[in-house]
Amino acid sequence: MSKKANSIITYIVLTVWSAIVLFPLWTLIINSFKPQKEIFKDPFGFPKNFTFDGYIEAWKNGRFDIYFINTLIVTTLSLILILWIGSMAAYALAKWKSPLSNFLYIFFIAGLMIPIRLGTIDLVRLIKALGLQDTIWSLIPIYVAMGMPIATFVLTAFIKELPEEMFEAARIDGASEWQIYSVVTVPLLRPALATVAIFNMIKIWNDFWFPLVFIRSEKARTVALGVSLLFGQYRTDWTRALAVLSLAAIPLLILYVLLSREFIKGLTAGAVKG
Amino acid sequence: MSQANDSQKRKAGVFDVKDRRQTTWIFFLLPALLVYLIFMAIPLFDSLRLSLYTGKGYTPTTFVGFQNYIDLFTNPLWRERFFGAVKNTTIFFMIHMLVQNTLGLLFANLLSPNFKGRELFRTIIFTPATLSVLVVGFLWTLILNPNWGAINKILISVGLKQFALPWLGREGLALPIISLTSAWQWVGMPTVMFLAGLMNVPEELLEAARIDGASEWEIFWKIKFPLLKPVVGIVSILTFVDNFNAFDVVYAMAGAKGEPGYSTDLLATLFYRTGIAGEHPVGIPNMGMGAAIAGVTFFILMAGVLLWLYLSRRGAEDV
Repeated sequence: MSKKANSIITYIVLTVWSAIVLFPLWTLIINSFKPQKEIFKDPFGFPKNFTFDGYIEAWKNGRFDIYFINTLIVTTLSLILILWIGSMAAYALAKWKSPLSNFLYIFFIAGLMIPIRLGTIDLVRLIKALGLQDTIWSLIPIYVAMGMPIATFVLTAFIKELPEEMFEAARIDGASEWQIYSVVTVPLLRPALATVAIFNMIKIWNDFWFPLVFIRSEKARTVALGVSLLFGQYRTDWTRALAVLSLAAIPLLILYVLLSREFIKGLTAGAVKG
Repeated sequence: MSQANDSQKRKAGVFDVKDRRQTTWIFFLLPALLVYLIFMAIPLFDSLRLSLYTGKGYTPTTFVGFQNYIDLFTNPLWRERFFGAVKNTTIFFMIHMLVQNTLGLLFANLLSPNFKGRELFRTIIFTPATLSVLVVGFLWTLILNPNWGAINKILISVGLKQFALPWLGREGLALPIISLTSAWQWVGMPTVMFLAGLMNVPEELLEAARIDGASEWEIFWKIKFPLLKPVVGIVSILTFVDNFNAFDVVYAMAGAKGEPGYSTDLLATLFYRTGIAGEHPVGIPNMGMGAAIAGVTFFILMAGVLLWLYLSRRGAEDV
């Protein structure tokens, strides 16, 4: 086969798959602005009778405003804690040469292969005992724990590749480990911290399992839980159903368009180096 | 921990600089370690312990040894659902291996030479992976809706009415369709991983083979694929762990009971119904049995991970 034929096949295959990817997302967004009748009559064209009804309904009566704020609080606080305590631990795991730190490193990264969901039965009892059930505070410690394996894995590897002379020089200058960590290391960690943040942000923002297990009342619902309840409610009203799905999808889609490289790097952080 | 610290103190001499640093290290590690222990490691192991107990609702306090496991494997009340879920989860995983990872390998291979639009294609292929599984599942239930969904409308409009099926309503069809939806969402992951692996294949090697007259097909199987073996291992184990733990997509497309007729019931949906939600109409969770289902899942995952570690170690020795 000639080189030209090869590249034509490449374009055809990739274009067909791109259409298969984009078509559902396209119909999702355009149809959410159409009245029900128009969705059924003309599902693929631009909206002729443009409407915001689905969005207004989801936001006001569906209380998406609450779900958004809750998810934002949970995601932000969890991320801050993951980056903070994860980078401290990674610094020690990278710089402390001892059998104990080797053991702890393996203990942390073992969590990459064992999903925390399998411990849910016991977490239900723990969260109940702590009096956190049916609040957004039940989610944060679990997400922070869930973030530790990837944080220690990525950050420890990154710190180990920083030049050792730099740390030695700081030590000779009499800097304490705390100063070396906070003044020297953390600013250099920024790209690795971004990777860890994106990985966890997507997991936490989209998580449905733990809200489903722990949360009932409206004031504590997250976006994912809200979507599942509202979608059930609006099942026969496609304008509303599609508006709910769009509301959940659009924030991350916009971020992805702006930061696609970082997103791809972040989501595959556990498997691809660099 | 303090014991290990003490013995090291004695070895290193009393209270020298090194020793003070060791206390510092513990201080650095402590917050992460506590959160990880309390909210992940201990619940995982304690859940295994609870699988040996039984009791109503939130108080599994009666020790029954391995009775929950024996019931799962032999009691007709549990056996059918349990083996059904194991079988469905295996099929779900196999479809991902076959479709998602083969497509990923194909796309990575097409994307590896430098050409115009490559970045854009990579970005598009990866897009669904950033969406919530739940949103993707719900979106596809609308697209696959037998009366109003886009798929059947297209099929009917091109004269293929006989293929306009109730995609999610028929046993034997729903599980493959749900698996394909999930593969559609995640195909970007193996694509990016294989692409990273292909970037490490030295260009001179491929050039030399081309000069010798090797076809692209031969180059792929004889040069690229053997060098990709470690990546194949990582992609496989990640697919395995993710899919033996899948829940959201079935919950969204087939409900917690894995409709129709439990034909899409996975280990995770069975776990949810048994240990957390409680079966209708009682609605009281059987936590001990739920923990046992999680326990079986845990051992299946462990076996897979150990097999992968063994194979990849042996593979590394061969090179």
